[in-house]
Formats: sequence, C-alpha cells, structure tokens
Amino acid sequence: MASTEQTKVVVPLGKLSKAGVLSFLSAQGILIFFLIGMFVFSFFSEQFLSQSNIMTVVRQASIIGIIAVGVTVVIIGGNLDLSVGSMLSFSTVLVVDLHDKIGPTNAILLMFALTLMIGAVNGFLIGFLRLNSLIVTLAMLSAIQGFVLIYSGGQNVDIANQENTWFAFFGRGFVGGIAVPVLMFGLLAILIQVVMSYTGYGRRIFAVGGNPMAAVYSGIRKNWCVFSTYLISAFCVACAALVLGSRVMGSQNNVGQGYELLVLAGIILGGTSLLGGAGSIWKTVIGVLILGFIQNGLLLMGYPYYIQWIVTWVIIILAVWLDLANKRKRLFTSHS
Amino acid sequence: MTSMKGFFRGRAKIQPIWVFVIALFIFFSVMSEYFLSFGNISNILVQTSTIGLIALGMTFVMINGNIDLSVGAILGLSASLAVGLQAISMTLAILAALVSGILLGALNGFVVWKTGVNAFIVTLGAMLGVRGLIFLYTGEQSFFAMNFAFADFGTSTIGPVPVLAIIFLICALIMHLVLTRTSHGRNTFAVGGNPEASIDAGIRLGRHMMINFIIVGFFAALAGVLLASQMGAATPNLGRDYELWVITAVVLGGTKLTGGYGSIVGTLGGVLAIGILRNGMNLMQVPAFYVLVILGAILISVLIIDKKLNAPSAKEVRI
Repeated sequence: MASTEQTKVVVPLGKLSKAGVLSFLSAQGILIFFLIGMFVFSFFSEQFLSQSNIMTVVRQASIIGIIAVGVTVVIIGGNLDLSVGSMLSFSTVLVVDLHDKIGPTNAILLMFALTLMIGAVNGFLIGFLRLNSLIVTLAMLSAIQGFVLIYSGGQNVDIANQENTWFAFFGRGFVGGIAVPVLMFGLLAILIQVVMSYTGYGRRIFAVGGNPMAAVYSGIRKNWCVFSTYLISAFCVACAALVLGSRVMGSQNNVGQGYELLVLAGIILGGTSLLGGAGSIWKTVIGVLILGFIQNGLLLMGYPYYIQWIVTWVIIILAVWLDLANKRKRLFTSHS
Repeated sequence: MTSMKGFFRGRAKIQPIWVFVIALFIFFSVMSEYFLSFGNISNILVQTSTIGLIALGMTFVMINGNIDLSVGAILGLSASLAVGLQAISMTLAILAALVSGILLGALNGFVVWKTGVNAFIVTLGAMLGVRGLIFLYTGEQSFFAMNFAFADFGTSTIGPVPVLAIIFLICALIMHLVLTRTSHGRNTFAVGGNPEASIDAGIRLGRHMMINFIIVGFFAALAGVLLASQMGAATPNLGRDYELWVITAVVLGGTKLTGGYGSIVGTLGGVLAIGILRNGMNLMQVPAFYVLVILGAILISVLIIDKKLNAPSAKEVRI
C-alpha cells in the first residue's frame, strides 16, 4: 500500500502532465480538503484566520495530537491501541497527585516510568504473546480505568500551590512566543516522522505492518518491533499527561475517557490505513488539526457544540470512502 | 474459542465460558449468603438484560466479521426518544425509538456494504455522530417518564419472574434458532469465515451484513427502551461505554473478532459471567472499581488460554 502511494506522487516538477496533476490531487486529497475547509470557514467568520485563533486551536489540539503521533506508529505496525485514553487519565492523576508528595521532578520521572511500564505490558501481550491488539487494549482500557479509580479513591486530585511551581511550564509556558504544548507536539511529530521515514527501525515497522510473514522471513524481529511501538505510544501518552496535568493543575479521575476514539478519528481522517503498513505522522498531524478546526470553525459560525460530532461522522466516512474508491477505480463495491 | 479440547470425550462440546460461569456461581454461593436466592438470580438476569440484548445482535455482527461500536449511542438515542416523545403518544414514542435503531443500523450496514469502508471506522463515526444527535435532540436535558405505565413496565413481573428477564431469554432463544437453523445464520458464518469464497458461492454478502447491522440496531434500541422504562428516565449520556461491555461479553463467549466463529450460547455465558461477577462482588462489598480491573484481567486470560488451547493456525509465523 505504501509503494502505490509513493509511485503516485513521484511526478517531476516542471513536467506536470494532466494525469500527474490528477494523481497528485488524489494522493494529497486530505491536504486540499484541509485548505478548502479553512477557506470556507474564513469566509463565514472573520476571527477564524486570526493568528490568536489559530494558535488557540493548535494548542487545544496538541494533547490529542501528541497521543495520535504515538498511536499512528502502533497502527503503522499493524495493531491498534484503545488503552491510550485510560492511560492518559492514569498518568495525569499520578503526576498531579505525586507533585505535592515527592516533588515535581520525581513525580514526572515516576509517571514516565509507570506509563512506559503499562506500555510494556501492552507490548508484551501483543508483541510476544501475539494476542489480538483490539481486545487486549480494550481489556487494558477497563483495567487501567479501574486502577485510576482505586488509586484516587474516586476523588479528583489537584496541586495545592499552583503559583509557585515550575511544573506549570509544560502546560502554560511559552518559548519564543510559541506555547510549550504546541512545541512539544511539533517536536515529537518531527522526531517520530524522521525516525519512521529515514531510519532502518522505521522501515522495519512499515514492513511488519504491511506483511508480517514476509517481515519475519526477511529476518526482522517482529515481536520486538511490535513491542517497541507500544513503548512509543506510552511515551507519547506520558508527554500528553505532562501537558494536561500542568495546564489544568489538577485532574478528574475520568479525564481522557473517550480520547482513544478522538485520536483514532484524527488518524483515520489523516488517511492512515487501520490495516497497517501505510501512513505517516504528518498526515495524522493534519487529521488532528482538521478535527480541531472543524470544532472551532463550527462554533465560531454559531452552530451548537454537538454539530461537530455529526460533521466528523460524515467526514470520516467520506475521507476513507473516497480513498478506497480512488484505489479500486470505482465508487461502490461490486458485490451484492 | 473452540470447545475445550479433551475436556469431554466424544462429541459433547462445552464452552469454557460456561465452566467459568458455573465456577463463579459456586464461588459466590459459598462466599455470600445472599447470592443464592431466587430474588437475586432474577435480579442478575434483569441487570444483564440490557447488555445481553445488545450482545445477541453483536454476536451476529461479529460472526459476520464486522464490529459495531455505535450500539451505546443508539441505545442512548432510543431511550431519549422513548421518554421524550411520550408527551405526544406512548405508542408513537416506543415505535419511534425502535425505528430509530433499525434505521441507524440499516444506515451503518448500507454504508459498510456499498462503500466497502471498514465497519470499525463506519461505526466509530456513527458512535460520535449519533451521540451528537442525542445532545441536539435533548438539548443536554434528562427526560423523566410522566407515564407511570411505562415506568411500571420495567419493574413488572409475570408470576415471580421479571418481565425484562423473560424478554431477554426469549430473544436469546429466537436468535439462537436464527443463527443455527436458518439460511441467514448459515450465510452469516460463511461470510465471516471467508468473504471471497462466499461471494463465489453466490451468497449476497452485502445484504447479510446489512441485515445483521439492522438486527444489532434493533436490539440496541430495544435495550434502550427497556432501560428507560427500568429507570423511568433517560439521560443524554446513557449507554456510554456500553459498546465496550458488550464486546467484552461477546468475546468472553468465544466469538472470534476475525469472524466465522461464535454462538449465542457462548454469548449468553459471557453476559452471565459479567453479570454474576458484578453482582457477586457487590454482595461481597468489593468497591465497584475492582470489577473493572478483574474484568480486564479475565478478558486477557481468556485470550491467553484460547491461544494455548488452540494450535497456532497455519497463517501465523513462529519465530
């Protein structure tokens, strides 16, 4: 699947034939859709394209975005991760609760360690025991939710002295005029995109997701590859928890519930196939941003909040459908 | 999960989940003096009827090789419609609730059939979108049933047996017969087991998928109406996370996510296992949080046991 996408976009610049333009359009459909959407929204609302509004949207989308970057790697490797929502609430509650007890540095270190451990459990069950990733992460979703409730005793947690702690930096700080969450989102996305496209490790993940059997026969240690994707996903969740905990300076014990689905929606919208072996981080970034801009644009146009969910419903199906239709060269399936 | 090999000799097949259900049953009967009573058992049946009804439909969809994540949202919508429209007419309200479920199921099925988009994606979208419809319709308000006949129905009994339990068991029996005795049931297995071969054999794959989505939509809506009558109210968040419980129950019951294998008897076992576990732990005064952890642990153990019992298939590569 990856190879067909690559052959499509290889069009020498300056020699753009009609067919070349068309295939470029179909390969970059999501980007074009993104630009058209931005144009329509800016037509209806004056504030939409203002710098402050755009920064707000990107900042709001950054938590979902950071998680989506990690989950994209899991999906490229041919698996799913539904446990990220519960993991986010686990990590956030943990880091906020421990902040006052053992200090911010220790709290952050411990939170990263424990989150990675959960990722390792996921990775062990799916990579080494080769269990179905959908059910395992579904079970982990429920189990981790239970752990969070047991740990917090059903109470919400918060940080007592919110003014005098450098912990606020991750969620509220700015570096060179850019909000730290946005910066983290961008850096993580670039880092992982580079790893996925320019290193042997990234190629191996694509190989494992595309054709596991062929990957094993060509000497790739599939189990380790799958295991590592869950560590990456857990690491991204820990980063997101850092941002979320620091921005809110407290945490409800059900924060992050349902995030796994928004994350998946962003990834699917970006055009990464759930079958594995294809996709890219920058597509996911665009998918997540589209979700953010739809939400923001519809609100600015004065529609009720919940319209965005219905619009997302339609857009997700349309995006995947058009992609499929383009590949099979016909709009509808042939079977009756 | 196939029958436990070597557990019983000969042709008798026993599903591992039923061993587990019986073990749980004995365990809680010994541990809690209140567990083993007619009142409590029928209570468990009533408590599980909501998830159980949806699980019946979900078994069909999953045997068919698909999945439906939108059942929780459909349940919420039908519950809101059933209570919200009562001001106009009771019959209209219940009819509208059931028809909404059938229509949304048909929509899901039609989209999966015609566009070829993965059911996971289609129903994930529907899960968000239908929840949006609920909030738009209800205006974020909870509805309370003004009609007492409606609220009484959920708690009524025929003889000593609660009506909800009877409805659930009758539906389970009907769906079991449909799955094992009709051509639709047979074709559902065929399509899930090998879609290409079933197309070549002349099975109308798309239609069977759509019928199964309609079935699960209908049962989600029915569960919504019954849950609303049980509570005498409907909240816009009703049914959130139900898809997870339902899928857990169906997988516990041995239906394969890859399609082509499963049974209503197994699903019934899965639903009862969850119901008995929740009820029994409540009686033993274990905090509700622990049920989530135990459920997750059980689900993963079932997968591991399944992997050990069944020889690795030819598709898999061992390293």
